[in-house]
Amino acid sequence: MFPPRQDVLRLMPEIILSLSGILLMLIEPFLSGARRTLIVTLAALGSGLALVSTIYPATLPGTAFSGLLRIDGFSVFVHVVVEAVAFLVIIGSADYLDREKIQHGEYYALVLFATVGMCVMAGAAELMTAFVGLETSSISTYILAGYRRDVPRSNESAMKYFLLGSFATAFFLYGIALLYGATGTTQLARMTFPTTPGRERLLDLGLGLMLVGLAFKIAAAPFQLWTPDVYEGAPTPVTALMASGPKAAAFALLLRILATVGAAGTFWFWALWVSAALTMFVGNLAAIAQSNVKRMLAYSSISHAGYILVALAAAAASDQVELGVAAVLYYLAVYALMKLGAFIFVSQLGGESERHMEIDDFRGLAVRQPVAAACFALFLLSLLGLPVTSGFLGKFYIFNAALASRLIWLAVLLAINTVIAAFYYLRVIVVMYMRQPNQTWPPAPMPWAVTFVLSIAAAGTFYLGLFPGRVMALATQAALSLPGR
Amino acid sequence: MPPSYLLTSVTFLPLAGTTALFMLRADDHEWIRRIALAISLFEFALSLQLLRGFALTSANYQFVEFRNWIPSPPIHYHLGIDGISLFLVLLTTFLTPIAILVSWKSIEQRVRAFFISLLVLETGTIGVFVSLDLFQFFLFWEVMLIPMYFLIGIWGHERRIYAAIKFILYTMLGSILMLVAMIWLYELSGSFDLPQIQSLLVSGQVALSFQTELLLFAAFFLAFAIKVPLFPLHTWLPDAHTEAPTAGSVILAGVLLKMGTYGMLRFCLPLFPEAAHRFAPYVAVLAIIGIIYGALVAMVQTDLKRLVAYSSVSHLGFVVLGLFAFDPTAVQGALYQMLNHGISTGALFVLVGMLYDRRHTHLIREFGGLASPMPMIASLFLFVSLASAGLPMLNGFVGEFLILAGTFARNVSWASSAAVGIILSAVYLLWAYQRVFFGDLIYEKNRTLADADRRECVVLLAMAVLILWMGIGSVSFTRRTEASARNVFVLMQRPQAYNARAILRSIEPLRSGGVR
Repeated sequence: MFPPRQDVLRLMPEIILSLSGILLMLIEPFLSGARRTLIVTLAALGSGLALVSTIYPATLPGTAFSGLLRIDGFSVFVHVVVEAVAFLVIIGSADYLDREKIQHGEYYALVLFATVGMCVMAGAAELMTAFVGLETSSISTYILAGYRRDVPRSNESAMKYFLLGSFATAFFLYGIALLYGATGTTQLARMTFPTTPGRERLLDLGLGLMLVGLAFKIAAAPFQLWTPDVYEGAPTPVTALMASGPKAAAFALLLRILATVGAAGTFWFWALWVSAALTMFVGNLAAIAQSNVKRMLAYSSISHAGYILVALAAAAASDQVELGVAAVLYYLAVYALMKLGAFIFVSQLGGESERHMEIDDFRGLAVRQPVAAACFALFLLSLLGLPVTSGFLGKFYIFNAALASRLIWLAVLLAINTVIAAFYYLRVIVVMYMRQPNQTWPPAPMPWAVTFVLSIAAAGTFYLGLFPGRVMALATQAALSLPGR
Repeated sequence: MPPSYLLTSVTFLPLAGTTALFMLRADDHEWIRRIALAISLFEFALSLQLLRGFALTSANYQFVEFRNWIPSPPIHYHLGIDGISLFLVLLTTFLTPIAILVSWKSIEQRVRAFFISLLVLETGTIGVFVSLDLFQFFLFWEVMLIPMYFLIGIWGHERRIYAAIKFILYTMLGSILMLVAMIWLYELSGSFDLPQIQSLLVSGQVALSFQTELLLFAAFFLAFAIKVPLFPLHTWLPDAHTEAPTAGSVILAGVLLKMGTYGMLRFCLPLFPEAAHRFAPYVAVLAIIGIIYGALVAMVQTDLKRLVAYSSVSHLGFVVLGLFAFDPTAVQGALYQMLNHGISTGALFVLVGMLYDRRHTHLIREFGGLASPMPMIASLFLFVSLASAGLPMLNGFVGEFLILAGTFARNVSWASSAAVGIILSAVYLLWAYQRVFFGDLIYEKNRTLADADRRECVVLLAMAVLILWMGIGSVSFTRRTEASARNVFVLMQRPQAYNARAILRSIEPLRSGGVR
């Protein structure tokens, strides 16, 4: 039996992504010589087409495949974010892979498959589907993390990510099982509070285990320990992907469960509150002590997960979920762009086999490469949350959601963390702008592909920082499109 | 009246001007300086247009521009000035060309970036003074930190990086809590628009509970107090001032500190009057401690620039005291003193910078007897010092007199303890002057130091003329600020507060009667 036509159309982005991934793997053995350009073009084309084809689900909202997927504004928003991330990462990786001599078709195929997984997570209305999405995206990223096969640190990264990741997925799966036991369904929309006595414990336990599993994926404390090592060891473009894509998808899944399952909001609220506070402090305080840029950015992405958790807690606390959800979505878009920009920049500046990854290696960059330095400074200031950059507006909406839900103390903690974070972001700017260059190696040239990715990220950072109206309207619509409790 | 874009032009002209600098070659220093100067002079001329169209007796915002910006939450592009902000804008546009002129020769590295930072800083500062939307105000307030951070951190002296980071972290700590307070205020009032929130509060449509008001006041006040800086939050200031290049110190002292006192006058008093009244005694005590402590510490400095920096702590204490005396005269005085301090302390920093350009030191003991090699600088230094110490006929006197007169009406002991500060300021300034310019020429190399050249003369004379004019022609300033200064107290009235008191008063006899 063939599924109805509109169901297929609703799944168009995922189909295109999977097909182009498969195509890449199939044709790669038959290519030789100038194959690199073709492979990159195909991969970029695949992800770009998927991005364009998101118009189908956008115009055809509804459930698909007997309620396994729910295509609404929310899933479309997250789709666009993760597909854009994939598109930019693919373009940004090409020169890096050349330099490291690991230019293979399957790299791009894995990025595409990971994206498929993330897309499925964004649209899943049923927990087994969500699990399949989670696994697809996770397994692809496990492999990608270890893609520099000859480098022990990359292997360590993949191993660590795989072991801890599987552990977390097991938690998630066990949570699903318990939820099924409690409510008799895996469909989110049908999960009602169990009336049979004793079952509500089961529901709480299941929700708790699922939260643990997803908290691992978003690197929320106390499940963040893997992040710095994995981010540092993985090839930097992969780090860019891991930091922005899967995180967005995991947050999307959390949000959907939160908005759909009534019991989740009340049961998760304090867990989210505590985890948000903890995550912000752990990330920021540890980042201060780092001397390696990649590690610093890894800790910074932990702290950013904490900021987003503040908005999530706000959504859980209030009856109007949409303010918090919209804040999360806006921040995810903003965060993806600036973090991706920062990591792609670092991947280029790091040079061959990522030799120059210490903060001190950036000394006097403003003199050596003024435009590149200005670009990186912009991403750092945005991560710090200074006005005119998108990071500020993202934070502004989080503050707004938190205060609307009367989470005043959490907002104050977020404010304090912003100042702590200022210290380490500004330190990099100090090194780039206020110290004399002492490098002996020539300045790293900026290939056009990297320049393209950085310009898009920088332009987006300004646009979302100055004119948030349109994207925020979309995020609000997306938030309202969730079924609601 | 057709919409005027004057304020937008004044605000963004320096920023637009930086594109011209970007087009020049980075090593074409001469033309970079000239263009930057031309932009800033044109900007000054443009800002003088504000004086022409300014209605004297009106306390309303003028040159208002209002445009939608972000639909949700409702944030507008809202500009406007009144008597409070008018002269602060002019002060900014006046000091920027001065800052450019004093950096003409002293800045030799990364010249283009330096002037771009100065111009961006100018836009940021003007933006703070003309913004009538809380969000927009905050935006400019934070953005302006970055150019200042670069000015201190790149072109400063030895401990510049420490000073730059200390400056930015201190300021951010205060301002981020202010952002939280702003959003909270939005949750309560449904608006980010200052005039709208104000009218909601005055008409009683939105009432803040006393506790809420205290917290909001505290968050706003902390941000502004750090900026002013009010004792004991002042420790960033000596470092930032001492390490900044001359232009940075001029702008920092001249304009940036005023953003703190401006904020208190614009936000803390009219939005949270009950809390302001409750906090006033503590604030006044801190201000008086600042006045005396700043003066005493200035007295024992061995570094001339640090001395001037601590004198700022003392002078700004006067301004804060004047604001929290809740008296129209004192508020006028505070406003006047803000301008005075901007010009005379700015001039002092310019002079100290000129000495530094010649000797590359700020240490007082390295100088002595400079009056004979450089009579011009010596006489102007004396002139400015006397103005700063509050000599009658010069500008400082007017401001301090008004503040003390207004404060005296409210609290005699505040006024009398603050008056000690005036005596102390004469002591530290004249003593420093004596050690630097009089006495014997101890160091042989000081004998050959050049006096002010033409460029330096122009800068100093421009400032000296303004000092004199503000001393004798103060009416031309105060008549423009008066209406707005009085209006602050109109805005501080709350219907329900008066009602509550009236009800209490009316039931008091009943209650006591019942006991009887």
